[in-house]
Amino acid sequence: MQRHLISAADLTRDDAVLILDTAEEMARVADRPIKKLPTLRGRTVVNLFFEDSTRTRISFEAAEKRLSADVINFTAKGSSVSKGESLKDTAQTLEAMGVDAVVIRHGASGAPYRLATSGWIDAAVINAGDGTHQHPTQALLDAFTMRRRLVGRDAGLGQDLAGKRITLVGDILHSRVARSNVDLLHTLGAEVTLVAPPTLVPVGVESWPCEVAYDLDGTLSKSDAVMLLRVQRERMNAAFFPTEREYSRRYGLDGDRMAKMPEHAIVMHPGPMVRGMEITAEVADSDRCTAVEQVANGVSIRMAVLYLLLGGNEPAVTHTRTEEK
Amino acid sequence: MGKILIRGAKVLGGEPQDVLVDGEVIEAVGTGLSAEGAEVVEADGKVLLPGLVDLHTHLREPGREDSETVLTGTRAAASGGFTAVFAMANTFPVADTAGVVEQVYRLGREHGYCDVQPIGAVTVGLEGRQLAELGAMHESAAGVTVFSDDGKCVDDAVIMRRALEYVKAFGGVVAQHAQEPRLTEGAQMNEGVVSAELGLGGWPAVAEESIIARDVLLAEHVGSRVHICHLSTAGSVEIVRWAKSRGIDVTAEVTPHHLLLTDELVRTYNPVYKVNPPLRTERDVLALREALADGTIDIVATDHAPHPHEDKDCEWAAAAMGMVGLETALSVVQQTMVETGLLDWAGVADRMSARPAAIGGATGHGRPVSAGEPANLTLVDTAYRGAVDPAGFASRSRNTPYEGRELPGRVTHTWLRGKATLVDGKLA
Repeated sequence: MQRHLISAADLTRDDAVLILDTAEEMARVADRPIKKLPTLRGRTVVNLFFEDSTRTRISFEAAEKRLSADVINFTAKGSSVSKGESLKDTAQTLEAMGVDAVVIRHGASGAPYRLATSGWIDAAVINAGDGTHQHPTQALLDAFTMRRRLVGRDAGLGQDLAGKRITLVGDILHSRVARSNVDLLHTLGAEVTLVAPPTLVPVGVESWPCEVAYDLDGTLSKSDAVMLLRVQRERMNAAFFPTEREYSRRYGLDGDRMAKMPEHAIVMHPGPMVRGMEITAEVADSDRCTAVEQVANGVSIRMAVLYLLLGGNEPAVTHTRTEEK
Repeated sequence: MGKILIRGAKVLGGEPQDVLVDGEVIEAVGTGLSAEGAEVVEADGKVLLPGLVDLHTHLREPGREDSETVLTGTRAAASGGFTAVFAMANTFPVADTAGVVEQVYRLGREHGYCDVQPIGAVTVGLEGRQLAELGAMHESAAGVTVFSDDGKCVDDAVIMRRALEYVKAFGGVVAQHAQEPRLTEGAQMNEGVVSAELGLGGWPAVAEESIIARDVLLAEHVGSRVHICHLSTAGSVEIVRWAKSRGIDVTAEVTPHHLLLTDELVRTYNPVYKVNPPLRTERDVLALREALADGTIDIVATDHAPHPHEDKDCEWAAAAMGMVGLETALSVVQQTMVETGLLDWAGVADRMSARPAAIGGATGHGRPVSAGEPANLTLVDTAYRGAVDPAGFASRSRNTPYEGRELPGRVTHTWLRGKATLVDGKLA
């Protein structure tokens, strides 16, 4: 494992499988009456959020607290950042207070990379989403969810996602979730297809290890998982698509489309969902939709990442089996 | 000012010769010239070029003296072998009046390191709406002939057409920063494979090429000449080549960094590589070198763009665009053009001195190294190899993309009208 987690592309297959296996172990903690491990006692983690994100911040915070870390939450709003203090100064100020790890969410692509590589601070850096670049813990929790559902909770231990066919639908261009998922799923042996209107696919996508399609219906029957990405309504104003209704008709997942998917296939969404846009309520609320499960898995994955980056040397993974649901 | 004998210099890279300077002019060029009464500079096989001329420099004064001043910028120019620089108009206030251009011009004269020829803004405040008083700037003491809204594109086709037409009255030229603004909203780097991966907003080649195509057609239509700033793509080369073959009066420049660096460097997210137009691909770099060699691109211009440290010591999106370039330009050209066999030193003198002087109308610069010509000269130790150390820069800013990179060649002496501005690599 590296010292930082900046990009899903930095993870080897073995790194990724180790994180997923460790997360399974962490998930068991959540089933206990006392959901806490002493692993990071005495370590301080700061959640440095320059962008609004309640979900990801709370997920990291829960993970940190379950590992007994001391947690500092820093949000840019109302802080000196809004008065013009730089990322560098903010990070150095926090490190001077004795921070062991920085979980950073930033609107600028590459900000976590700069933080980790510019000699500004020594703390471990975990990317909690940067601009339209990467969101590696999201990709890990997605892979974790897929492995549980498509391979099995116990059967999946030590396994990757070889041969699984994953379809990502929506705003690929502006999505750090898509970039992270393409990198990680490829590393884990899955076959990835991106589906979007051509306007929402980046120029240069041809170098990505995946297929690109413009027709959703053609890919549904060949998908083990369909992941829907949020499409912001404002994109319409920049002429990425004509109307919300046209987008929904062509790329939204409704009950009829879901029926075309193989029976075992799941529907995923990183949230927040725009119901009626990329997903109908019928699909969002169905058993095949893992959106809520993904949130729960997010805590386990973030515990695993924090543990592996900060927790020292003893193995957390015991490979004890739990009963398959 | 006495006599100077530059002994054993390879004039334009040719056989070693002696060059005798008397006062402000070259008195004689030959072998075995008498050193009597002259200070002798042993050139020892170094290459002697006419003083370099930069058609595209940002001196930042007035307004951003924290990043550069006319004094520090012209000292940087002298260090890089330049004897004349054209100062871009995007200062605060904008150089859109006779008053501002005369101030910049006078500062250059007073400091005496390098002639400063101000460029006037095309439109008031660089806002692209109303023509600035181009005639007044031309008639001022600064004698402006080059006009540019550089930093911004004159994107309104009618304003561009009018500017092209208007400057014909006094032989001026409009230098266009070719960037279609709508296609580059939020642009952070070249749009392509790397931007797709890094999640940085793309600056597509077509945003440059579409403006160049439009402007060469406008220039043809109204019978004007147009100059293209910092051309950066293979497609732009094709358009300029086509325009020249059609007889359109277009000239173009390329920066040293676009001859050497590619967008792969942006993977570091280090804003020292953030520049406008952005670093492009290897294919573009090779096309630009080829075009500079065959004359499609007329000149090298630095686009020297100083920025204070804090504007680069930050995340990519927050960083300023631009690189300093005066003190490394010749080295980069030696590496990318001379050592690749694409240009000889006479070619370098043409692309970095004679032609930029001709395009900008810098009288007395870019002249041949021969008797009777102004003694604007640059002596280059082409055998030198060394890593770039920004701490040694004369520029007030250090935002170079070459820190620690080994580059060939070093300017040891610069003379401005016979007066040494750089001696043994040290500013006089």
